[in-house]
Amino acid sequence: MTRTRLALAVAALTVGATAIAEPAMAQNEQFFPSLVYRTGPYAPNGVPFADGVADYWTLINERDGGINGVKIVFEECETGYATDKGVECYERLKGKGPTGAAYFSPLSTGITFALTEKVPGDKIPLLTQGYGRSESRDGTVFPWNFIALGSYWTAADVAVQYIAKEMGGLDKLKGKKITLVYHDSPYGKEPIAALEARAKKDGFTFKAVPVTHPGVEQKSQWLSIRQDRPDYVLLWGWGVMNSTAIKEAAAVAYPRDHMIGVWWSGAEPDVTPAGDQAKGYKALMLQHGPGEFKVHQDLKKYVISKGKGAAKDDFAQVLYNRGLINSMIGVEAVRTAQEKFGKKPLTGEQIRWGFENLNLTEARIKELGFEGMIKPLKFSCSDHQGADVARVQQWDGKNWKTISDYFTADQSVLGPMVKEHAAKYAKEHNITPRDCSKSS
Amino acid sequence: MDTLGPFLEILIGGLLSGVLYSLVALGFVLIFKASSVFNFAQGAMVLLAGLALVRSLDLLIGYGFPVWAAVVLALVFAGGVMALTAYFAERFVLGPLVNQDSLTLFMATIGLAFILLGAGQIIFGSDVYPLALYPTDAWILLESVFPGGILVNKLDIWGGVIAGLLVAGLAIFFQRTKIGRALRAVADDHSAAQSVGISIDWIWFVVWLASGLVALAAATVWGTKLGVQFSIVFLALKAFPVLIIGGFTSVPGAIVGGLLIGAGEKLAEAYLGPFIGGGIEYWFAYVVALLVLLVRPQGLFGERIIERI
Amino acid sequence: MFYREAGQFKTSYAADMAVFPLRQDRMVVYLFLLFAFIGMPLLARFNIGVFGQDYIFNGILIPLLILSLAAIGLNILTGYCGQISLGAGAFMGIGAYAAYNISLRVPGMPLLFFILLGGGVSALVGILFGIPSLRIKGLYLAVATLAAQFFFDWVFIRVGWVTNYSSSGSVNAPQLNFFGWVAERPIDRYLVCLLFVTIFAILAKNLVRGNLGRQWMAIRDMDIAAEIMGIRPLYAKLTAFAISSFIIGVAGALWAFVHLGSWEPLAFDIDKSTQILFMIIIGGLGSILGSFLGAIFILVLPIMIDLVPSAFGVQVSVQTVTNLNFVIVGALICALLIYEPRGFARLWGIAKEKLRLWPYPY
Repeated sequence: MTRTRLALAVAALTVGATAIAEPAMAQNEQFFPSLVYRTGPYAPNGVPFADGVADYWTLINERDGGINGVKIVFEECETGYATDKGVECYERLKGKGPTGAAYFSPLSTGITFALTEKVPGDKIPLLTQGYGRSESRDGTVFPWNFIALGSYWTAADVAVQYIAKEMGGLDKLKGKKITLVYHDSPYGKEPIAALEARAKKDGFTFKAVPVTHPGVEQKSQWLSIRQDRPDYVLLWGWGVMNSTAIKEAAAVAYPRDHMIGVWWSGAEPDVTPAGDQAKGYKALMLQHGPGEFKVHQDLKKYVISKGKGAAKDDFAQVLYNRGLINSMIGVEAVRTAQEKFGKKPLTGEQIRWGFENLNLTEARIKELGFEGMIKPLKFSCSDHQGADVARVQQWDGKNWKTISDYFTADQSVLGPMVKEHAAKYAKEHNITPRDCSKSS
Repeated sequence: MDTLGPFLEILIGGLLSGVLYSLVALGFVLIFKASSVFNFAQGAMVLLAGLALVRSLDLLIGYGFPVWAAVVLALVFAGGVMALTAYFAERFVLGPLVNQDSLTLFMATIGLAFILLGAGQIIFGSDVYPLALYPTDAWILLESVFPGGILVNKLDIWGGVIAGLLVAGLAIFFQRTKIGRALRAVADDHSAAQSVGISIDWIWFVVWLASGLVALAAATVWGTKLGVQFSIVFLALKAFPVLIIGGFTSVPGAIVGGLLIGAGEKLAEAYLGPFIGGGIEYWFAYVVALLVLLVRPQGLFGERIIERI
Repeated sequence: MFYREAGQFKTSYAADMAVFPLRQDRMVVYLFLLFAFIGMPLLARFNIGVFGQDYIFNGILIPLLILSLAAIGLNILTGYCGQISLGAGAFMGIGAYAAYNISLRVPGMPLLFFILLGGGVSALVGILFGIPSLRIKGLYLAVATLAAQFFFDWVFIRVGWVTNYSSSGSVNAPQLNFFGWVAERPIDRYLVCLLFVTIFAILAKNLVRGNLGRQWMAIRDMDIAAEIMGIRPLYAKLTAFAISSFIIGVAGALWAFVHLGSWEPLAFDIDKSTQILFMIIIGGLGSILGSFLGAIFILVLPIMIDLVPSAFGVQVSVQTVTNLNFVIVGALICALLIYEPRGFARLWGIAKEKLRLWPYPY
């Protein structure tokens, strides 16, 4: 009995060990890892993003035969939004493929923080689109992080600007009350610094109300908002916390159109559980919203109709589209790097160069089929965010409607903050910031 | 009057949300009473019941059933799933573990929770599924007395009504029916009960089924409140302090514990939270529970623990 | 047959009381340690097989060693002293944050002291939260330890001083500088963890065989009887809490400094507590070896379930695999509890007994 079990265990271990040691296929392939969470409390938000990421890669393979002929091979690893599992996945995937992983996008602030410590050693870029360390915009201190499209500080700043516009000018903010309801984690706490800075500058009263993970119980927070009657409520939630917040807001009759969510609180899974109560709720857009654009026609033609797509009901939803854009930026970075290093599988270090020199112009975005989804994006040695703009959308009960034009975050507020926090990080880690004037 | 209004509002809101925890806690109590098993899987059972309910409901409405018929059929289906779960738990997990110490049984239910979570999500999916069985808007009461009135959620009232019905139903079940009496006999001493011809397997199945149905009732309320999704599992963690205060073996204790914890944590969050940073309700409930335990190690309504050598 | 014990005579009390009285056992342990300390680095150095990859160290062995250490700590409290704790994650966190704060505020001390002091702080808090155990027992205590878990989750997030007022609440570990030697490569960090784990495992093994360990076990088996025999429950329980929390705290500091590098409070949440509790249940309550076996099982099994289908070329979606993982781990926990409630350590014991007698059944 015992021996059979032992034999079985040994067999399982051997198979497992060979699986780990699986020889890298030395073909014309670029390996793209994908850290996903399709299970656990945040799965409703993790799944559409992961589907978008995967479908765009499949599209590149099916339509173009890879990036300039270099096939994309990708593998998903389930993190469940847990930091230690994320680190394990990172370690598992970073060395795969002929040249190692192209870049990582963990879609979790916690995992981003942990990987930020590891990527400089492994020389793999970290693409965190709209999340992660806000100060990692400073490419001189964070050469490996690319916080594409916007940080939480951008979001906070744009939200305040939008509120000011609704009120009729920045000067009208004086004496108003803005309350932040946030997920009590690094993710939710990131915007506080920017909002405090804005509060000081514009003279509004800022209050931050934490909600404990995962955010299923928010009654006392919303009852205090009911008494406090802030003029606007900003919502920095993720997963179940968002829909619960909207429901509680409805219960205390707080007007939903005075609630503005961050772009991680503005997707379909956040509003649909709240049903009609979510009508009027607003959220920032990480530039793009839901809906079908030119790239979606290609996706339908080359991926979905052939049954190779990952998407089901989530096709063209907000987070699905965000996944597409995430993959698009990554693929374009690889393409940029190929122009310099040759059309072959590249290392993470070469792809980092590609990111840093990525320039998505209006024309290029149109060519890729993303016109109307994002504005031009250009990274540089010192700027690892590449764009500073965001819009606002509103839920009408069925669809997200874009209700504002682009806002540009105020660099006079955020710029010094990024510098200051990056310098603090550099000091803690004994990093000498790169000199960007003589960049390669 | 300015401060009394909000105070009452938070108190009432807290009491009612406490009852919602009690709904989850009741399932624990049932199983603990009959078999001394501390059922860690109760949260997973609530999720499973909710998923079974909402998925079959969507399917039936999709087939064109009228809503009332669909709801009834979906409830029956979800009840069936819970019966299956009860059978499975009794037959394969707890049955073979009769007479083990309580720690082992507790661990086994953790294993069971894993199985239910995994299987439930494989079968029914892991998305968030909206459910709207109860009204979710609010009443504003006593507007003439307090500025702004006192806000009461209709859903919470429904939760209270359901909890009341469940407690009444369980009381009748325990006190007046034959199975209920057999159940109490098993709870007192299962080998003695066995010797007078009561089938332990059957009784344990009934208890697990009852607690599965309680989980279903909790799932209807919580599913309406949150949408049916994985996070419902975390409710079990909110039910533990309720259990401690009420005692593991007392059905009324689960309700009273829920009321105390709900009101206590909401008031603490509202009045204490701003001074020490907010977000305190999670641990506050546990600390209250700990303090209660220090004074009464068996909880407020638990049976006295008598130690013998 | 495999164990030829003939000719091994115990001629002194010391020999009789040795940790591994049989020469074969001793050899196996020595060989194993030799392999772990010398063999592994050599394999890594010459890139042999899987050992050439970072993954085997960063992804498997380092977390495995650290969590084994935490499991040893929890096993002292739960397995030997019988006090169930669902707060192991919090105590790991206390060790990590205490070490971080000491390193920040008392610069100039060697890193080793930070880690040990982190354990020390954790031990003090452990004593504090151990006091209720004098009155509360069994499952009630298990739930009461959750109070510690949730309270410290909150402290790590909310008390700014703990995270040095970091705006996001996430903090970074200092450089891993051990008396001038910087542990940078995966293999270095692996050796650091291995050294800690080996030393603590030896200490723990000897502790539980001694006077204190016997007191703990007496309390576990029947506390009132133990009290009547003259064992002071206060002393026995609080030492168990202190030593257990110390080891768990050291494991937490290692987890933060060596494994994660940068961490947020969520890294030490309730999931970590239940994970460690599973390890000791599956491995075997009241067994140091069991702590290791349990850690291997809980950590490596999900990875195997992940990897095996793809090794056979079967494409399964990560969703199904993860859920399947839940089902399999759950089913194995149940099966193990039913067929061998004392865990893998007991299975190992049975196997060893069989090997001693083989080929005869008795």
